[in-house]
Amino acid sequence: MERFIQLVIDGIAIGSIYGALALALVLIFRSTGIVNFAQGEMAMFSTFVAWALVQAGLPLGLALLAALAASFGGGMLIERVIIRPVEGEDPLTILIVTLGLFILVNSGAGWIWGFNNRGFPRALPGGSTTVAGVRLSYESLGIVAVLLVVVGLLWLLFEKTKLGLAMRAAAANPASSRLVGISVGRTLAIGWGLAALLGALAGVLVAPQLFLDVNFMGGVLVYSFAAATLGGFDSPKGAVIGGWIIGVAETLAGDYIGFIGSDLTILVPLAIIFGVLLVRPNGLFGSPEVVRA
Amino acid sequence: MSLFTVERGSTRQTQLRLAGLTVLAVVAVAIPFLFGPYRVSQFTLVLIYAIAVLGLNLLVGYSGQISLGHGAFFCLGAYTGAILLDRTSIPHLLTVPAAGLVCFAAGLALGLPALRLRGLYLALVTLAIAIATPVLIKRFDGLTGGSQGISIQQPKPPASLGLADDQFLYFLSLVVAVPLFWFASGIVRRNVGRALIAMRDDETAARTMGVNLATFKTRAFGLSAAYAGVAGSLFTFANGFVAPESFTLTVSFAFLAAIVVGGLATVAGALFGALFIVFVPVWSSDVDEALSGVIYGATLIACMYVFRGGIMGLLRSAWGRIAEVQGTTTGRSDDEVGEEVAVAGDVRRTGAGARGMRS
Repeated sequence: MERFIQLVIDGIAIGSIYGALALALVLIFRSTGIVNFAQGEMAMFSTFVAWALVQAGLPLGLALLAALAASFGGGMLIERVIIRPVEGEDPLTILIVTLGLFILVNSGAGWIWGFNNRGFPRALPGGSTTVAGVRLSYESLGIVAVLLVVVGLLWLLFEKTKLGLAMRAAAANPASSRLVGISVGRTLAIGWGLAALLGALAGVLVAPQLFLDVNFMGGVLVYSFAAATLGGFDSPKGAVIGGWIIGVAETLAGDYIGFIGSDLTILVPLAIIFGVLLVRPNGLFGSPEVVRA
Repeated sequence: MSLFTVERGSTRQTQLRLAGLTVLAVVAVAIPFLFGPYRVSQFTLVLIYAIAVLGLNLLVGYSGQISLGHGAFFCLGAYTGAILLDRTSIPHLLTVPAAGLVCFAAGLALGLPALRLRGLYLALVTLAIAIATPVLIKRFDGLTGGSQGISIQQPKPPASLGLADDQFLYFLSLVVAVPLFWFASGIVRRNVGRALIAMRDDETAARTMGVNLATFKTRAFGLSAAYAGVAGSLFTFANGFVAPESFTLTVSFAFLAAIVVGGLATVAGALFGALFIVFVPVWSSDVDEALSGVIYGATLIACMYVFRGGIMGLLRSAWGRIAEVQGTTTGRSDDEVGEEVAVAGDVRRTGAGARGMRS
């Protein structure tokens, strides 16, 4: 039983990281209808920036803050320069552009930092505490706490500030928002910036466990896709809860299903994506698609 | 405007087409005698990739279903061929249709769930499949040799032909590729192709016109996968070796880059696309290992901004300046109408406004 609880807690910790990246996907999907395939690679790049700053001698905390800020700016820039010209186009066009971005960022990072993998310093304290026979690592607790704080801040932003209101309005009805004086372009750019920041956060939190290399976010992206699909692509709540479910499913399946073991855990999100899309395409919390034929 | 005009359906137009095809045929046959073995093996790879790219273009360009997982079918075909050659004593050439059939079945099987998934969701599922493929190969090492891979005996030229190994592999690929291109260019111009394009542009309208969406979608998937599988089996010949490292996500992305660069919804574009994905990495690796990826990515984005028709689109507009094709719709053969529809589809796509994204 202790082992089971242990696995569930580990799953929730890793699931929080998937949730953070899924939240980034959802944020962009809600405001622009785009599924950003490059989200994971953007996060990888941000993590490399943080790593490079640490290598350059900056203290870890400062390096992380600088990397997060740079990600926010970078996300806004990508929206403005790369995404804006194709906004509102058909899915294939947008998909190709985001895939182009995926490949570009991936290879760009390879060009700058090479293809070797590197260790990434832990931002959260090591060590653990034992409660009722279950070992709780401070890192796991810290990751969950960071996610909850982020969700809280996002909620405050969207529900309690004028900017958040403008962002929700621009997502719901761009034309009417323009008429009441909202700069829709600016809110979209901020949305991309926030998404890039969330991705960067997921990247720096998961990097110490996975080792940093140009492909390290590829797997995480699949899990996050699964989380967002399960939760519903337009539901932030769904992204977080979906992330936890995926994380727990991964650790449990890896431990209890001998066939899957530690190699085949990638099949878990794959099966979940497949299953959800076939049975309940809008996910657990997503709103159903309305099509006018 | 243009230098001269050609009457549609005239003997002149047919002659021009034949002349073009003849030039292409002469070049294709001459290549293995003009270059050294290393370069010839690269052109063999171009032919092999062109088959897979053509298959993907039938699916993505014509039927509008997005697959990011065609590397998986390519891989399935390659391993089917390799395992057959490794375990049985069947002749090399039989592994090609075998791989095609296995992948056709796999494509149909994936086509069924794909009926319920459109646009981005289908892209997601196929992406996940592409990512899982190398992992699965390593897991089923009893059959696949795991990360060690499988080495096979490459096909040897019969002495009577007097060809070197590399030349033989080239012609072998050419002999497989030509009928596949012929077949594809046939179906896309006739009713099947028109049904696919109609389905891509407007499913409701297509259904109203009597297109059975389920049938056409699954068959498009099957056919497209079969092309990738055939290409995979030829890849096994050319390489003499299969291993999981050859079938990472990069392959699927390269195929997608190739259809975009060559030109979506074109048959001949597959050849240009394949040239692009073979020679860009070859030339750019002198500068930096990462450069080819940078070029792929930048080209994909640039294509979507500036020239959506890809290389074929550029060639068509260049040709439009040289010769103008005149004629009316009446009295035209099925072929030409079909071609027109395909081009019109490109134009519509280029001018597409806000379409439903949450499909």
